[in-house]
Amino acid sequence: MIDKRVATAADAVAGIRDGARLMISGFQEAGMPRALLDAVLDTGVRNLTIIAVGIGSVGSRIYALIEAGRVAKVISSSARGRGQALTPFEKLWTAGKIELELVPQGTLVERIRAGGAGFPAYYTPVGVGTKLAEGKETREFDGREYVMETALKADMTLLRADRADRWGNLRYLGTQANFGHAMTTAATVTVAEVREIAADGAIAPGDVHTSGIFVNRVIELADLR
Amino acid sequence: MSGLLTREQMAWRAAQDIPDGAYVNLGIGIPVLAANYIVEGREVCIHSENGIVGMGPTASEAEAGRDLVDASGNMVTLRIGAALFDSASSFVMITGGHLDMTLLGAFQVAANGDLANWDMMRPERGPLVGGAMDLAAGAKSVRVIMEHVTREGLPRLVETCGYPLTAKGVVERIYTNMAVIDVTPEGFVAREIAPGLGLEELAAKTGAPLIAAPDCGVLSPPALS
Repeated sequence: MIDKRVATAADAVAGIRDGARLMISGFQEAGMPRALLDAVLDTGVRNLTIIAVGIGSVGSRIYALIEAGRVAKVISSSARGRGQALTPFEKLWTAGKIELELVPQGTLVERIRAGGAGFPAYYTPVGVGTKLAEGKETREFDGREYVMETALKADMTLLRADRADRWGNLRYLGTQANFGHAMTTAATVTVAEVREIAADGAIAPGDVHTSGIFVNRVIELADLR
Repeated sequence: MSGLLTREQMAWRAAQDIPDGAYVNLGIGIPVLAANYIVEGREVCIHSENGIVGMGPTASEAEAGRDLVDASGNMVTLRIGAALFDSASSFVMITGGHLDMTLLGAFQVAANGDLANWDMMRPERGPLVGGAMDLAAGAKSVRVIMEHVTREGLPRLVETCGYPLTAKGVVERIYTNMAVIDVTPEGFVAREIAPGLGLEELAAKTGAPLIAAPDCGVLSPPALS
């Protein structure tokens, strides 16, 4: 029998190791797996690489990991805070204590998608002629210049969805899907925290947003806003 | 100088050029205000890169719920006929040329259409690129709304961008608080100029050669709150 439900947040993130590459869903408030990120903090794991659309949203649990000194590198499209005050990331980054790979947002999600789909790299018109394409291979197709971007994969993906079933099928609410759907495909272990684990058959096949084939563990957890 | 446009009037003017049936993405800042001035009788679908087509106005938590947000994290409503999807699909819409238009803010636009709008060259702040490069490379029509000059009075329309580029040769039209200006093979061409402002005065505030279109008119928006 397939049953991907786990009992505790600690079980959900079990196996994460020092030096792990961690994909984290969430665009502003929506889809951020706050309870799972707290569980990652509790493991004491260090030297993480965080892959996320942004790390600067208010109340981000990613900052808690960064402030605790657990993060060696961030791969993201946004690493700036909103207010005048410097963020925990900015303080470490300007001191040279954390690495950043800045990636255009669509390139970031497509690199993740490529990783999940088994493609090592792809060509994109995005970023051509800018400093974010410096040093990268370029190639012309039909008279237009493109830059080669390489796939991203991870050891673990953490995301929040609205509902799951024991097979790991997921449904999202509002704009929760964002980076999470692509990230489920690109990690060795994918963990979803959800508002509700539905009874068998309660999520109709046509209503599934992310197939459980991509999901390894699901857990019902309150959303820690 | 009382003829200069307000932020709302700049957004109003840009909105007049959004045709019926268009799919558009509106950048953070002044561009997003254009949603308030869509010409009556036109149906326009607003795209938000975190996974919405058919976005409506911002909303309270009771109306929208905290999991339905725009790319800035504001809770939003959906129009009838809207769709929600993940970031990979959202950027397929952007880079695949499925958006009719994007309105973006900018630091500088060059006479050849080069756009600089992401790197503010403040080394103490964490870098942020977001979806700017994707939108600039992918939308069918890339248009900019920005003040004509900086706070220090320096031109934002320039011969060559001093700020790092977002994309090369992409901007078609610029809406400023002084004029509507097209980027053409002949350089900047003024289409409309704010009342009380002459071509010579406008050209003096523009950092590259400026010519007036043969039918150059007066830029006269309504009074807006």
